[in-house]
Amino acid sequence: MQVELVVNGRLLRVEVEGRTLLVELLRERLGLTGTHVGCDTSQCGACVVHVDGRSVKSCTMLAVQAAGAEVVTIEGLAAADGTLHPMQAAFREHHGLQCGFCTPGMVMSAIDLVRMHPEGLSDAQIRDGLEGNLCRCTGYHNIVRAVAAAQTVMHPALAEKAAA
Amino acid sequence: MYDFSYEKPATIADAVRLLGDPEAKALAGGQTFLPVLKQRLNRPSVVVDISGLGLTFIRREGNAIAVGGMTRHGMIAASPEIRASIPGLAKMAGWIGDIQVRHCGTLGGSLANNDPAACYPAAVLALGATIVTDRRRIGADEYFQGMFTTALEADELITSVEFPIPSRSNYEKFRNPASRYAMVGVFVASGQAGVRVAVTGAGQGGVFRHAAFESALSARFAPEALAGIETPAADLVGDIHASAEYRAHLIGVMARRAVAGAVA
Repeated sequence: MQVELVVNGRLLRVEVEGRTLLVELLRERLGLTGTHVGCDTSQCGACVVHVDGRSVKSCTMLAVQAAGAEVVTIEGLAAADGTLHPMQAAFREHHGLQCGFCTPGMVMSAIDLVRMHPEGLSDAQIRDGLEGNLCRCTGYHNIVRAVAAAQTVMHPALAEKAAA
Repeated sequence: MYDFSYEKPATIADAVRLLGDPEAKALAGGQTFLPVLKQRLNRPSVVVDISGLGLTFIRREGNAIAVGGMTRHGMIAASPEIRASIPGLAKMAGWIGDIQVRHCGTLGGSLANNDPAACYPAAVLALGATIVTDRRRIGADEYFQGMFTTALEADELITSVEFPIPSRSNYEKFRNPASRYAMVGVFVASGQAGVRVAVTGAGQGGVFRHAAFESALSARFAPEALAGIETPAADLVGDIHASAEYRAHLIGVMARRAVAGAVA
């Protein structure tokens, strides 16, 4: 069946089967292999993308369920001139990755988490909020540091509050 | 996953007609159903997506809150109305799975599945909620009929759930750290229907009410009222995660914590 959706700002019309998963459409049909499949059992979070602004596990959503929606993947975060999203920049700055396999999902989940909390997140709340993303290198400390730093860029009022 | 034909009806009547096919299955938020399909544990010929039926809402109706069957866990957790009037329900919903699961998973989907370790059955049973379907109203005490078994007919759709507003409510759970399901979850509520205590994750027959705790808390709604009341382990689940005796112990601990939080 035909599905129309926006992926990283581009309107697409694609033919999919009923059983095609969103992650299969992204990786296999659209070549957007930045979204990873780690467990395929909805636990690891490597496949997290944004659908209408909210983070979801794209291995646990049918492509047809995203019909009419706006999907953003890790490839769609940076500006056209290559400027990284503040969360990507913070992961680089704070070395929030080791092997990098979980990183796309971590970044997508972290952006949604920070979006949901303009009042600011403690380190404990960041750890709690990222419970749906597993890092098998166990590099969580720097991931938490990166998210804590990025929230002050995404919500400038938090930086002012910290400076006051 | 085996292939199927996908339907997305625009009316409840059309959805019910499509679900009349014995090989059809409803798709709500998909957070349990899609993993089941991926493991080929189920083979529907038709999957009926019920996200287009207008069943996503939270509204006050007199002394109750009506929540649409397709309302996501995250919306229930964040709802100012529910946080103010039934804080135990908001807390319970915000504790399911992870943020990504809570953005997709639904109240109706969880109740229709009735997983013995799911959280919603405890809240619905303890709050004495009413499950409203396309054809009737079912009281919580009649609705849950054992593990993965409910009063629903094969083609029956949950349209909403009506939660009477209690004077006090709270939920505590001991999570399995890997699956995040409840190893033991206890919901306590006190209101016009008296004190009700429901336990999930532990019963061999799924969610159940704890009569001994209810009568003790009816006399005095305080954690100390539960001191010394043992929960028999005979009808509880024992598995690699916890023995039946350990679950019996946890039921007491979770209930005392839930009551302490409810009166705080």
